[in-house]
Amino acid sequence: MMKKELGLFLLLAVISAVTGAINPAFLSFVNLLNMANLIGLFGVFALGEGLVIITGGIDLSLGSMFALLGVVFIDLLTTYQVPWPFALLLVLMGGLALGGIQGFLITRLKMQPFIVTLCGLLIYRGAARYYTSDSTRGFGYGDEASTLSNIASGNVAGIPNTFIFLIILAVILGVLLHRSVYGRWLYAVGKNEEAARFSGIRTNLVIATAYVISGGLAGVSTVLFVFYTNSVSPSSFGNFYELYAIAAAVLGGCSLRGGEGSILGIVLGTALLQVLQNLVNILGIPNSLNFAVMGTVILIGVLADQQLQARRRRKAALAGLARTAPKSKENTRLQNASAHGAAALPTTTGDQA
Amino acid sequence: MAETLLELSGISKTYPGVRALDDVNLRVCRGEVLGLIGENGAGKSTLMRVLAGVIAPSAGVIRIGGTEHARMTVNEATLAGIAFVHQELNLFENLDVAANVFIGREKLAGGPLKLVDNAEMRARVTPLLERLGADFTPSTLVDNLSIAERQMVEIAKALSIDARVIIMDEPTSSLTISETERLLEVIADLKAHGISVIYISHRLGEIMSCADRVVVLRDGRTVGELARDELSHAAMIRLMIGRDLKALYTPPAHTPQPGGCDIAGVVTTAFPDRQIDLSVRRGEILGLAGLVGAGRTSLARAVFGIDPLLGGEIRIDNAPVGVASPRDAIRQGIYLVPEDRKKSGLVLELPIRENVTLASLLDYARMWLVNGSAERKIAKDQARRLSIKAPSIDIEAVTLSGGNQQKVVLGKWLSMQPRVMFFDEPTRGIDVGAKSEIYALMRSLADQGVAIVMISSDMEEVIGVSDRVAVMHEGSVSGVLERDQFSEYNVLRLAVGQALETMEAAAS
Repeated sequence: MMKKELGLFLLLAVISAVTGAINPAFLSFVNLLNMANLIGLFGVFALGEGLVIITGGIDLSLGSMFALLGVVFIDLLTTYQVPWPFALLLVLMGGLALGGIQGFLITRLKMQPFIVTLCGLLIYRGAARYYTSDSTRGFGYGDEASTLSNIASGNVAGIPNTFIFLIILAVILGVLLHRSVYGRWLYAVGKNEEAARFSGIRTNLVIATAYVISGGLAGVSTVLFVFYTNSVSPSSFGNFYELYAIAAAVLGGCSLRGGEGSILGIVLGTALLQVLQNLVNILGIPNSLNFAVMGTVILIGVLADQQLQARRRRKAALAGLARTAPKSKENTRLQNASAHGAAALPTTTGDQA
Repeated sequence: MAETLLELSGISKTYPGVRALDDVNLRVCRGEVLGLIGENGAGKSTLMRVLAGVIAPSAGVIRIGGTEHARMTVNEATLAGIAFVHQELNLFENLDVAANVFIGREKLAGGPLKLVDNAEMRARVTPLLERLGADFTPSTLVDNLSIAERQMVEIAKALSIDARVIIMDEPTSSLTISETERLLEVIADLKAHGISVIYISHRLGEIMSCADRVVVLRDGRTVGELARDELSHAAMIRLMIGRDLKALYTPPAHTPQPGGCDIAGVVTTAFPDRQIDLSVRRGEILGLAGLVGAGRTSLARAVFGIDPLLGGEIRIDNAPVGVASPRDAIRQGIYLVPEDRKKSGLVLELPIRENVTLASLLDYARMWLVNGSAERKIAKDQARRLSIKAPSIDIEAVTLSGGNQQKVVLGKWLSMQPRVMFFDEPTRGIDVGAKSEIYALMRSLADQGVAIVMISSDMEEVIGVSDRVAVMHEGSVSGVLERDQFSEYNVLRLAVGQALETMEAAAS
């Protein structure tokens, strides 16, 4: 379990060291803080995406959610002069509600997560553009939410608050995922939903909750991004951000088949993605290659991880065979037999007694 | 005697540790309907798979029209005119009838693109469907056809390759009575055209009405052959059984206590027009026997809340209980050890420890946070109690042998408070040693006052372990046997839907 995270951390360290050696500006305080800020911004919703991916699902709607919730949030603060705590609360509840609707469609109406959240991506984006008539929303010169702005985009002793938020949320979700009953259910459902159901786990509720959490974190991210950019243009705000989250989660060890992944992995995956983007700039690689670099690293990372896992599994299988040699051999034989004989052989194992 | 079309001699098939077929001889004449019968697991389907070229025999010779084959490939079998109408129909529901009939042998139009010639295929299928009296067209989507109609498509497919022998494996298991009659007419017609049919069925009535000759398999051997004028239910059943059953039985420590689980008028989704009545007392092991597909697993799934109950009531100790979901059932102390432990019983990639506590994790948690040491303790206790052979409770269940995996499933339930436990084929694929451990466990649970229902297709197990045996036939309970009535003959009679003979009739 921890091996993967350690490997990822080493990769991160090596890449940082090499980049730093080529261009020391990479390791400058300013650049590190800038990266920390971006890691915080992109990490928060990647955590939610990770939970969804562990259920075996996917959430493609996050970027559009940012746009829709973002324009509503700015409108609440500027046009309607809603006090910021209420605006914040409404946006968070909006995120939870959108996640809840998606979770309902996926679990109760048995729709595929890809389709539900793809439609979410289209609908939220369209709604945001229609609501604003495609015009950019931003803060005026007033200080509608200077307190919240300071909280969202300020820093403590130089460390960006976004990064601090990420750490706090990661710790909370880490406990939820790795120490709580819910987390255990989430992994069980992701690995084998049927066995989980046969054990009395309310699998629908467990899965829907993951989407709700993801929606709530999208609400948090919306607020952080709004104060990062200070304006929202509904057609481009948050475009493709869900893909960053998916990439971070996969790079961090989540399997799209479900049941695998860790919070630490997702955070490290996000960090690695941001470091890669940064090094493209720092090393003077043409900016247009940005995506290509990211794609290549993810591809190689996942491939290497698969190869290592396959090797580990082979080793474990050999060890297991050696441990229980005569017994387990007998057993695989019997199982082979019934697999081949299928319906024909349900009693044969009894006949040889 | 008519000309021999096909002959199997000395066919054996051994899997490591299992002898599925042992020196089987079978002969099929032109234009004859050969009935093939035997208990669950007697080797019928394996034999037919050898014939269809799906599996290779370990020994023996297949002789078709004078040519000998040591084994056949699927293509050779097809070329030799052997066609298979599968038990579970192998059709592509998303394609139309003609495309299914010609699947893999599509007629191509000329021209450089070699496109599929749908018109030609449909034209060729039309007369076949007419011959079978089917009232759908070649361009009908298979998805829109009933089971009986799909069977006609399979038969049309067989006719399209000029089949000489058509194998039908339990063809009527999902058909209504009138559809069955229609099928029997089609079989008579095939026979009149000189096509032979190998008819495998548990329904002895159908065998009686259509077979010219019956071959009986038992434990992978041909144990008898009955000519048309020798056919009778009694004769067939007598040949199907006849093993000496080993004594496995441990009597209960005390007589069954009052109370237990009553299943009253329960209707399951598998047989919406049948009701099931069954009671199992505390402290007893009730064997639930029947042929595959008789509705035993559906009953267990319904009582455990996996499938909805369409009617009836479940009572524990005379109090009705609602089981809308497995969670409800578990709260009532109704547990199910499922048939497919890898799919439904365990999360294979999780360690033993997490599997054991999967259903009861909230009991080992405070404020939803798992108490690791309490969890470890209970998992270790269960591993010791059930003697699960594993180096540690932290290794993944996937690395365990079948018997140990089953014990992990048991550990999951025994760490809680069972009142009624369903075991669905509890020892399938499990070695002999682990089997007797599981029998001993069931007995000790019963002695602690748990009501136990053991679904099993293993006759030795049913007769050797149960205190009473209920037999299901086509969705309802066809009879309940007390220990002094236990015999393979009686179980089988009830399983094929025959009434028990009275004592006098049996004695005479």
